[in-house]
Amino acid sequence: MTPIVSAVKVGKSFGTVQALSDITMDVAAGEVVCLIGPSGSGKTTFLRCINQLERFDSGALFLEGELVGYRRAGDRLHPLAEAQIAQQRRATGMVFQRFNLFPHLTALGNITEGPVQVLRQRPAEAAEHARSLLAQVGLSHKADAYPSQLSGGQQQRVAIARALAMRPRLMLFDEPTSALDPELVGEVLAVMRDLAERGTTMITVTHELSFAREVGHRVIFMDGGRVVETGPARELLSNPQEARTRGFLAAVLS
Amino acid sequence: MTEPAAVVLDSASALDIAQLRHVRPRHWGRIVSATCLLVLLALLVHAFAIGQINWATVGVYLTWPTILAGLLNTIIMSVCAMALGIVLGVAAAVARMSPNPVLRSTAIGYAWLFRGTPVILQLLLWFNLALIFPVLGIPGLWSARAVTVITPFAAALLGLGLNEGAYVSEIVRAGLLSVDAGQYEAAKSIGMSHSLSLRRIILPQAMRVVVPPLGNQFITLVKTTSLASVIEYAELLHNAENIYYSNAKVMELLFVAAFWYLVVVTALSFGQAVLERRFARGIARAR
Repeated sequence: MTPIVSAVKVGKSFGTVQALSDITMDVAAGEVVCLIGPSGSGKTTFLRCINQLERFDSGALFLEGELVGYRRAGDRLHPLAEAQIAQQRRATGMVFQRFNLFPHLTALGNITEGPVQVLRQRPAEAAEHARSLLAQVGLSHKADAYPSQLSGGQQQRVAIARALAMRPRLMLFDEPTSALDPELVGEVLAVMRDLAERGTTMITVTHELSFAREVGHRVIFMDGGRVVETGPARELLSNPQEARTRGFLAAVLS
Repeated sequence: MTEPAAVVLDSASALDIAQLRHVRPRHWGRIVSATCLLVLLALLVHAFAIGQINWATVGVYLTWPTILAGLLNTIIMSVCAMALGIVLGVAAAVARMSPNPVLRSTAIGYAWLFRGTPVILQLLLWFNLALIFPVLGIPGLWSARAVTVITPFAAALLGLGLNEGAYVSEIVRAGLLSVDAGQYEAAKSIGMSHSLSLRRIILPQAMRVVVPPLGNQFITLVKTTSLASVIEYAELLHNAENIYYSNAKVMELLFVAAFWYLVVVTALSFGQAVLERRFARGIARAR
């Protein structure tokens, strides 16, 4: 079966800084992958390359077998036009660290915006789906609330529903609980756990090691823009093979 | 004179004191200044009442057909020039924020040129365009004599609209800059194209910042249309002047024009308040 994500020697530089080097990995359908590592290790950059908020500049990245962001002409890869990039982005849902809900739209409006404006669904149909997603994240009663009237945890759950509304084949989470007050982290992780149990393919950049251990199928430890170690979640977290992984885990857990 | 004795607390009097009525402080300074202002205002009203002005004439000309026609022309020109200004302004603001250096410098040059010269000069330039281009048109397709194309209306619309666009572009740019970068990313992440995200996500949020200065700009424009009188556009002030050239009721007709400008500007201020409420949706502190 074609992996959902297939990265082959993906690299990315910001000017003279090499943010990503030789990232090679596959993510299978239904797999929950957690990216961990110190800040500046490239895990967020890699996530943003998958949905093309950043453009990788070497190697190749495939989403369900389709080359991301480029088309081949002879022995060169040419960047896709903006419309095609927008088209490819629909396959992935993104949840941001700082939620990034649209403040001028209600919770329901945030969720239906993509389906109605991008997928051209009928508003009634989109609203029906949105209400079922709000129920799924436990916020049926907040459909008409504006983001400013919601707590951080509620905003992040609406943001997850907004991403799910596009029926993505892959969900990307960029430190989804880092901007939350400690008592609100649990409700967001519970929604993510529920998604994982429903068989959603997920890549999560996270510092929540207990979530990675319990929900993650695989953990990838990155440092300096490279994959240092990868393995089944429990195994890697309890018995890391690389010295850098051990150092990082010791620092985080202490 | 001795200081009034401070109230000293002892256990017996505390309850009595707590029951006394509190008198509000008197602001003598405010009362005096308000009285002075009212007296000055009364003197001003009195002066105009006994001055050499015929109020009955003002009343007659308020609804004079020529005046109302001028008022209508003023409103039409304001709306058309503002519409042109907003279209040009939004385009120039978006171009100015583009990574493409040609687009960016064109937008900068446009704002520089039209903000850098007086509006009245621009109006005269457009009106006299026939002096350099006697014939306008697209070679082989269509052409016409400049004097018939560049009517006072066309010259005023071009002059005021282009000038307005230059100012509006800066207002819109400020609005676009006020929207968090995360909003662009969120819009992209749900598959929106750049133009769709501008229209649905970015501009509606920018409007909250844009409306107050844009309203200010519109009010200024309503009054600036009076400059079009120099190129024979029959707006409110132009028509009022034409009447007093023949009947010498100068002040009466200026008052008539002033009255109608105030009416239009007042109506606009209400419209602005409505728009501000509309775009404050979802923002907790909507003031």
